[in-house]
Amino acid sequence: MSGSTPERRMATMAAHLRDGEETAKEGLIVPWPTAGVAAASVFEHIQQAPEDPILGVTVAFNKDPSPMKVNLGVGAYRTEEGKPLVLNVVRQAEERLLADRTQNKEYQPITGVAQFNKLSAQLILGANSVAIKENRVTTVQALSGTGALRVGAEFLAKHYGKPVIYVPVPTWGNHNKIFPLGGVPVKPYHYYDPKTRGLDYQGMIDDLRAAPVGAVVLLHACAHNPTGVDPTEEQWEGIRKVIRSKQQLPFFDCAYQGFASGSLDTDAHAVRSFVADGGECLIAQSYAKNMGLYGERIGALSIVCRSAAVASRVDSQLKLVIRPMYSSPPAHGALIAASILGDRDLFADWTVELKAMADRIISMRHQLYDTLKARGTPGDWTHILKQIGMFTFTGLNPEQVQFMTREYHIYMTLDGRISMAGLSTKTIPHLADAINATVLGLQGQS
Amino acid sequence: MAALARRSRRFISSSSSSSAAAVASSGSWWKDVQPAARDPILGVTEAFLADTHPSKMNVGVGAYRTDEGKPLVLECVRQAERRIAGTNFMEYLPMGGSVVFNDHSMKLAYGEEASVLADKRVAGIQALSGTGACRLFADFQRRFKPESHIFIPVPTWANHHNIWRDAHVPQHTFRYYDPVTKGLDFAGLMEDVKRAPEASVFLLHACAHNPTGVDPSPEQWKEISALFKEKNHFALFDMAYQGFASGDTNRDAQAIRIFLDDGHQVACAQSFAKNMGLYGQRVGCLSVVCDDTQQAVAVKSQLQQIARPMYSNPPLHGALIVSTILDDPDLKALWHTEVKGMADRIITMRELLKKNLVEAGSHLNWQHITDQIGMFCFSGLNPEQVDRLTSQFHIYLTRNGRISMAGINSNNVEYLANAIHEVTREEEAEKAA
Repeated sequence: MSGSTPERRMATMAAHLRDGEETAKEGLIVPWPTAGVAAASVFEHIQQAPEDPILGVTVAFNKDPSPMKVNLGVGAYRTEEGKPLVLNVVRQAEERLLADRTQNKEYQPITGVAQFNKLSAQLILGANSVAIKENRVTTVQALSGTGALRVGAEFLAKHYGKPVIYVPVPTWGNHNKIFPLGGVPVKPYHYYDPKTRGLDYQGMIDDLRAAPVGAVVLLHACAHNPTGVDPTEEQWEGIRKVIRSKQQLPFFDCAYQGFASGSLDTDAHAVRSFVADGGECLIAQSYAKNMGLYGERIGALSIVCRSAAVASRVDSQLKLVIRPMYSSPPAHGALIAASILGDRDLFADWTVELKAMADRIISMRHQLYDTLKARGTPGDWTHILKQIGMFTFTGLNPEQVQFMTREYHIYMTLDGRISMAGLSTKTIPHLADAINATVLGLQGQS
Repeated sequence: MAALARRSRRFISSSSSSSAAAVASSGSWWKDVQPAARDPILGVTEAFLADTHPSKMNVGVGAYRTDEGKPLVLECVRQAERRIAGTNFMEYLPMGGSVVFNDHSMKLAYGEEASVLADKRVAGIQALSGTGACRLFADFQRRFKPESHIFIPVPTWANHHNIWRDAHVPQHTFRYYDPVTKGLDFAGLMEDVKRAPEASVFLLHACAHNPTGVDPSPEQWKEISALFKEKNHFALFDMAYQGFASGDTNRDAQAIRIFLDDGHQVACAQSFAKNMGLYGQRVGCLSVVCDDTQQAVAVKSQLQQIARPMYSNPPLHGALIVSTILDDPDLKALWHTEVKGMADRIITMRELLKKNLVEAGSHLNWQHITDQIGMFCFSGLNPEQVDRLTSQFHIYLTRNGRISMAGINSNNVEYLANAIHEVTREEEAEKAA
């Protein structure tokens, strides 16, 4: 194998830059006669931004010609055949939409499709939610989870004094960009325990106790990204008590409802327990994974308030955040999601398809674990079974990850996170070989 | 992992006595949140919908209506949707959006044969319609030219002010509309462009200025371009109505082509909301002309870094529709016909409104109705007159007197003319006295 992946990328980049230079020499830039100064760009000084650490993995994967390559980078579901999946209920909803000649393409309201918002709140809070019945919940359609978080951040920056948000270590990388850019500085709290590859519960509680009164606390509702480590119900209770005792404001990021355990209600437990105590919180939902609507960018931001009057005012202020960002959200994904959520049969079929995705992931966990045990790979790999959701935090370090990419064409993020959705019965043995080799410190065995 | 945990421990605040404001445990964190003012434009439609009067008219928001007063889904869009239904995965687009879509957008804006495109020196990224494109540029300007301000015409689309405010870029205005002539204040514009500091950033409406409908002539654009060169100013074109203004997409992009010919490196915020009727799909493009390919790659990568923490990547459906149409010669030809059809209907309504005002007996000068171009007519009505139009005649428009021509049709144009004549009688009497 000639050259490592990063070296190959550098070579490609260098060739690209060389081309640019030659072009500049050939077509000499001549300042326009009437120009007061030389016709250089006002953006001359701009440096090329680094690849996004997560999305960059797929970019590198696509460039690799090896037939053995496996993409365990970005968290998008893949079938056993390694293909993306469009759910049947989504196709059905789409067809209905297409056939409905009364549908038009007009602007949605600033806060999005009303029916979608209502059903989305019900999905996460439960159809019998007291908070919903009392009109204390304001929900706006958002651009998937990212958009919901960003609108929430900008709202907090405008209306919550000088907010600071505490985020778990580690967390989804984009959290650390969204909040500061939205005007909310980020501070960390202990979460993952590398020794147990599980939750550092005491560390988390200590940090929340030490954090100021009124701090905002980011909580992954279920299937923590990137670790797959979730608190137990008992631990959630402990966390809730501390947060409420410090009058801290929970901000839930819920990107995997139904996808984690296979049950929509089970996965909503943590959020519902917080709302049940009557307190306030923010909730960001995404339908990217659980409805497979990734590219349509559909999600929601809900703010649970103490009273209906407050909720109404909050709703009006959310509009002022959204309008200068994109005016109103895209309709297509919302109409599909609303169709599924609002139709009894489609909803029932959806839960079946959702469970099937979750079950396949769980099956991959078992197969990987069994294969590693069969190889006699050193170490305790039970965390593969204990962790939940799309990802496994393998515990491998960056050097080990780079080894696996270089020698085995395994593409994953440097923090050791693998997307279980990218695995299949066929590719598990290859991954197990790679892990085995790296743990044993073996040299390349292409 | 352990090292990371150790490092992070140092970040945890160890203060237990809080510096945050005390909050009563039973009070809401949001009790000081005031009700926000309704959006001046979108609030008009809300009020219209609540009105039950049979003759009510919505000439507020700029969304096209047929002569039957109905929203329109273009046939080319329906065909494109049928083609793509059931055939695509719904995977994430790249952060910069669909490359095919971006290429088509930029060709449309700059011209199929544009040398800047052939030289591959334009950075283009898919954006959330025109609003999203402007916001990306504003955030980009803030990050990479933090000392720069934005110069915005008076008047302009109200949301422009919100966008640059939320991006924390200081704003200035330049003269544009002359309320006396109801046309362009060209002398004022040139003076303000000259007076602005060297290398200022200007927002220009490429065609069909919103809200006035007043555009510079090609000769005036050439003069503006020359002055921009002298002052080394940067031009961001907001182009929301290409094809919709005159019916001809090349003609409507003239201002941009004039600037390119003069060697300016412009930026362009494009929207497909009106010209393809894709309002709710939120499809647009932000492009920035650069020195060379290397710089274009760098600028695009940085624009993507702004999109990532805002929405990660843009929505798929609208981009697929636009690409499908612009990629197919037949669909593209159909689109050109349909957008010309919309533009022609608007132009016809302008003529009809003016004619009906004359026939209603108004002696005021309504020449500006047919001089102005695009979706909107800046009627010259003052807020009090507008309020009367609403309260007395159930006609809904924004208080600056902006009328959306698309809301007018052969059934209601006479009603509108009579109503306008009624509320301007006093003005007419004053002028006659």
